[in-house]
Amino acid sequence: MTRLALQLVFAGALLASFGPTPVCAQAPGTPVDARAPASGWPEPVKDNRVLNFLTFDELEGRTNGPNTSFRWDGQGWIGTDFNKLWIKSEGTVINGITSDGDHEILYDRPIPHLRYFDWQAGVRLDLDSGPTRAWAAIGMQGLAPYFFNFAPTLYVRDGGRVAGRIEGSYDLYLTQRLILQPQVELNFYSQADRGRGIGSGFSDLDGGVRLGYQFSRKFAPYLGYAYSGVFGQTATFSRQAGQPTSAPRLVFGVWVWH
Amino acid sequence: MGIAAVVEGKLNQADAAVIDHAPSVLTGNHFDLTIEPHHVDFTGRRAQAIKINGTLPGPTLKWREGDTVTIAVTNHLPAETSIHWHGMRIPAEMDGVPGLSFAGIAPGKTFVYRFPVLQNGTYWYHSHSGFQEQLGLWGALVIAPRDKDPIEYDRDYVVLLSDWTDTKPETLYSNLKKQSDYYNFHRRTAGTFIEDGKNKGLRSTLADRLMWGRMNMTPTDIADVTNATYIYTMNGNPADANWTALFTPGERVRLRFINASATTLFDVRIPGLPMTVVQADGNYVQPVTVDEMRLGVAETYDVIAQPHEERAYTIFAQPESRGGYARGTLAPRLGMTAEVPPMDAYPNRTMEDMGMGGMAHVKGMKMGGMSSDQMPGMKDMQMNGMTDNSMPEMKDMDMSAMRDGAIEPLAGKAPFSQPGPRTARLMPPPSRMMSRPTETREGEVPLHVGPEVVGVAMKTSPRLHDPGDGLNGNGRRVLTYSDLRALYKGADGRPPTREIILHLTGNMERFIWGFDGYKFSQAEPIHLKLGERVRFVLINDTMMEHPIHLHGLWSELENGNGEFSPYKHTLLVKPAERVSYLISADTPGRWAFHCHLLYHMASGMFRTVVVS
Repeated sequence: MTRLALQLVFAGALLASFGPTPVCAQAPGTPVDARAPASGWPEPVKDNRVLNFLTFDELEGRTNGPNTSFRWDGQGWIGTDFNKLWIKSEGTVINGITSDGDHEILYDRPIPHLRYFDWQAGVRLDLDSGPTRAWAAIGMQGLAPYFFNFAPTLYVRDGGRVAGRIEGSYDLYLTQRLILQPQVELNFYSQADRGRGIGSGFSDLDGGVRLGYQFSRKFAPYLGYAYSGVFGQTATFSRQAGQPTSAPRLVFGVWVWH
Repeated sequence: MGIAAVVEGKLNQADAAVIDHAPSVLTGNHFDLTIEPHHVDFTGRRAQAIKINGTLPGPTLKWREGDTVTIAVTNHLPAETSIHWHGMRIPAEMDGVPGLSFAGIAPGKTFVYRFPVLQNGTYWYHSHSGFQEQLGLWGALVIAPRDKDPIEYDRDYVVLLSDWTDTKPETLYSNLKKQSDYYNFHRRTAGTFIEDGKNKGLRSTLADRLMWGRMNMTPTDIADVTNATYIYTMNGNPADANWTALFTPGERVRLRFINASATTLFDVRIPGLPMTVVQADGNYVQPVTVDEMRLGVAETYDVIAQPHEERAYTIFAQPESRGGYARGTLAPRLGMTAEVPPMDAYPNRTMEDMGMGGMAHVKGMKMGGMSSDQMPGMKDMQMNGMTDNSMPEMKDMDMSAMRDGAIEPLAGKAPFSQPGPRTARLMPPPSRMMSRPTETREGEVPLHVGPEVVGVAMKTSPRLHDPGDGLNGNGRRVLTYSDLRALYKGADGRPPTREIILHLTGNMERFIWGFDGYKFSQAEPIHLKLGERVRFVLINDTMMEHPIHLHGLWSELENGNGEFSPYKHTLLVKPAERVSYLISADTPGRWAFHCHLLYHMASGMFRTVVVS
């Protein structure tokens, strides 16, 4: 009896659902292939868009009065969230002579189980006015806790030569647009390379503090102080070549990105 | 400000488009919509937008419950387009999601939508292609009930809220991908450190900075996109254009608020005038009077305001990020204005938003480990709410029904009606309603931190009594989800047969968003069996609100009101919140399920729900 009553309720419910109006095209029984979309349909969401990025952390003149040099340190990528082709380039031009020319082409991918770091692997070319060198490169790059940008890289080339580089920087927001950025780059080499004036061990440091104003997020002129110095055996080579072992400079440049 | 003819219609149908740039109104059951590229000038600069029949917003479409409507949509854009009828319960192939329901509308082509209107209330429509929502491809839907409207009102206005930028949305998306705080100009700085140090002491300020810094997160992360690029509009009018709705003192004015923005949460109030909420997401609720309410993207609330004085009132809608605002005026005559209230303070995320215990570096989190005593609110909810018996097998219900009659097997397999005065509630046999111990069906969710997941909230709770960040303790009565009680009983009284738990996850820094740690392109669809009754549990592991929208099926929010659970199409889930809702999988098809923040959806916070 109860069951019959309930069935009547069911029937009532169904009738009330539809009333006099026509039933939807997809009434029960209509075959619906609800599994796969038809071919040729677009993806409902394109969450793997290929984007590209180019930024210069240093695009600047460096001067100590009598001598002025130009330095760039930039990087860029093209790719998706999980696969990127990454390029890096840096160098210093003094009186038409380029030194410290370092250019890298890397494949970049997020490190599983790490939130903010990517690993990168590829090739580094030392390409400037000195002799050319080619290295295999492997490293990581990302955001360390407390918002430190951090990028250690290991390089290897023929003859078992190994080099290392550590880059770090921090953006200290003084106001919403005024940014003080300390930055440092350290280089190490396992063996001396006289052709490029590089000794073994800790070879050189390039660091600075820059104060920039973001007129927009993508355009921020800055002023600052930069110090580059060579150490250990590299310093010895420099002295032998009659070159200074340290160069404190005032810098002026612009942070840009696209 | 041009003044158009004031259409002083019959009371109760006074859709007076009092300002010439309010959306036009189309009525009937056949509609022709033409989508075209158009220039607009909201900010003094010409910018590219999309208009429908020459207007932005598109025309308000007025339908009648019980009609079958035909809408022929012609695409004059150089790109594919679509129109999705947000909140409409219609056949899947009419739902308008390119890639799921159809192929989209190619340039130069016309697509004819045709479906019966089996519900009433306030809804809206918008493009589901690319970033076209940001460019203005949206408008309001107002569906008159077949029965007498339980709401009495003398005037009726649609209030569409949105965000506009002169920047191309593709650029905006790309900026967020490369620098997720690109539009946040409320960052913590040396200046705020000194200020906080003075107010709270150096030690606690430093501890607080270190706590957030350790995770590379910031409590100032309120909105992805702010007034650094947005202006906010009401019915397509910037604040200074002052869209105006007329009233005669003593009249009941129905305002149909629709958050049609791409990515902005709006807090709406009318200083000096309480608002009585009578409908949420197109469904009637027991009237509840408030001073303010938050609209997640895509949510709608109908309110009744009854001004008795011969004066103007400001309709004020501030974004959660508290810069810029949308504004209009409720006035007895055109040209009147009222004071625009000052902006509230910029909110900060709290430990509660973070999930109290901080973010866990857990590898494989056992869901069952979240015992309900960690969630006191949840316990109440389940007590008062739907009898919380997970029924192990739906199958035997169908079987037993089949033995006795031909109708029962259809249970849930034909669309249920929207709750209304004539809704009969489908009840399973009493034996099926017997209380059983709650059975947690999910096993281990392989949820770990990584590129897609910054953290897992350790303590989550249903924050249904919480009005949300920036609205607590402001001295005003603010609508919360616990205030929403349906006016009519729900149509499906069956308890759910299973639970589907989904974590809302993301990595703000990389601007990757998803469910359970996966983007759309990495994930499989969620499968529901036609006719089944399911509980969805959403756990927000992120520090932001997400308005989660399920196409095609109602989301019945479990907020302690049992058979009077409010029916919604979009649920705003707060940080570290755990909410549950019931779904009757009564309409077959491939349905979109996604975060309605446009840039989160585009970053992967999207799933397909297959009902078959």
